[in-house]
Amino acid sequence: MILDSSKQIEILANLIPPNSRVLDLGCGDGAFLEYLIRERGCFGYGIELDDENVGICVKRGVHVLQLDLEQGLKLFEDQSFDVVLQIDTLQHLKNAEIMLKETARVGKMGVVTFPNFAHWPNRLSVLNGRMPVTKHLPYEWYDTPNIRVATFKDFQSLAAKNQLHILEAFGMNDNQRIGYFSNFRASTAVFKFTAQITSPE
Amino acid sequence: MTLIAEAKKMHFQEPLPLQSGEVLGSYDLAYETYGQLNPDKSNAILICHALNASHHVAGVYENEPNNVGWWDNMIGPGKPIDTNRFFVIGVNNLGSCFGSTGPKDLNPNTNEAYGADFPVLTVEDWVDSQERLVSALGIECLLAVMGGSLGGMQVLSWSIRFPSRLEHAVVIASAPNLTAENIAFNEVARRAIVTDPQFHEGHFYRYGVVPHRGLRIARMIGHITYLSDDVMNTRFGRALQRDKLALQEGHSNAQDQKYHYTTQDVEFQIESYLRYQGDKFADYFDANTYLLITRALDYFDPAKQHGGNLSQALRQTKAKFLIISFTTDWRFSPARSQEIVKALLDNRCAVTYANINAPHGHDAFLLEDARYMTVVKNYFEQL
Repeated sequence: MILDSSKQIEILANLIPPNSRVLDLGCGDGAFLEYLIRERGCFGYGIELDDENVGICVKRGVHVLQLDLEQGLKLFEDQSFDVVLQIDTLQHLKNAEIMLKETARVGKMGVVTFPNFAHWPNRLSVLNGRMPVTKHLPYEWYDTPNIRVATFKDFQSLAAKNQLHILEAFGMNDNQRIGYFSNFRASTAVFKFTAQITSPE
Repeated sequence: MTLIAEAKKMHFQEPLPLQSGEVLGSYDLAYETYGQLNPDKSNAILICHALNASHHVAGVYENEPNNVGWWDNMIGPGKPIDTNRFFVIGVNNLGSCFGSTGPKDLNPNTNEAYGADFPVLTVEDWVDSQERLVSALGIECLLAVMGGSLGGMQVLSWSIRFPSRLEHAVVIASAPNLTAENIAFNEVARRAIVTDPQFHEGHFYRYGVVPHRGLRIARMIGHITYLSDDVMNTRFGRALQRDKLALQEGHSNAQDQKYHYTTQDVEFQIESYLRYQGDKFADYFDANTYLLITRALDYFDPAKQHGGNLSQALRQTKAKFLIISFTTDWRFSPARSQEIVKALLDNRCAVTYANINAPHGHDAFLLEDARYMTVVKNYFEQL
């Protein structure tokens, strides 16, 4: 997970109701989950595959489960969490659509963030004939772990295809929330959604 | 700094009711402790052992500097379970042959060794006896109970039988019960022992003999299941034993690569290794103990009385769990550990799970692996 400022952590944390049961898919070093536990009274688990990150999570006292997300969420029952998070995880997954469905199955609410490929500097770079290498997409095309590149708009259509109800959608730049023209203006796309017909609010 | 261990024994006069319905009269438990119990008695960690281990978990004995505890890489001053901080208890299980009352001891009813008459024990019986030791040491609530393999089953059982007597449960390379394949391996081992002519239906002590042959074969089978195919291939491959001997004798080009076309002599190095392991084991382990312990493994199934529902079985559990499995462990595979994780998630318990990518199969839980050690160290550091 790449949350590079405390402001970003705060913006995302505000999407999560206090005292929620949270499952953080691809929780990285567990910093965000620890924040949710400490600042918002949440209880939760993080899923992470990387050995080093698992070690750091354990050190923080975050309940980390070393599982491979490509195997789905078979250990988790339907609607057993208030919130399931995919913070900068989706772009690393081969089975991104299956995991989105799984997120909506296990969580009463899902929060997904990913680098918005349609952010204007990326467009400019492609217009110049080169894949973008930026702060948020720091890799070259041949060594990037981001096996899915998607835009803000792309996610909206994938969510519609899977009958997800988007509760909130906005873009995020370094330290701020972007409310309009997010597909163009935001480096990171943020979606909060539910599979339920009625919103949980 | 070398940790000096001291074997102790505690006698229990009160009879112990067993799962089988039998009762074990008075008995002894052998144990060791390392580190200091703090004034509020909140830093005690109990270590449960697996098949062939004992209460000698860490350190060496003053007069036996080469007799190192079986989990010495994990437990000691500055180690993942740091005895500068924690008071660690190692206990030998009933039915064993290392100091706690077992089949080699005198049956007070007959004044002869128990032998095959020693009552059949279960994981639950062991846990009940351990609880008495913990109480006798004045400890109300253990900071943690920890064990690997069969030891992990005891930890699981502790969390079910005495939910408020432990804060943390550390279950390593374990399973909620044995699969048919696992029971099958145990049964082959038991048949090897029981059909050894020297076994005398478990009363071989009377005849002054030991069923070495059966024990050797039992150990050879067991040993195969503790390793991984990869490790065996890396270590032995198809190498011939005589090549190794020739090399040892200084013939650097001695590899004749020729078979000797023998059906009974050692041909491959793996055969020699297994025979060596078998011989070593048969010299120190008791045949009746082997039968009892493998049976306890077979019987363990806390979900059984809940219609096979492990989540139901763990409903009363209050402990926070650390579960660890190893990717190449096929005797107690990661999928079995994940069954435990799932049951804990269903009960909304605190659980941390690490699946260590180690090549060593089931044996990995006893070996030094930086990722494994880091997870345990970090877990205990944040307590």
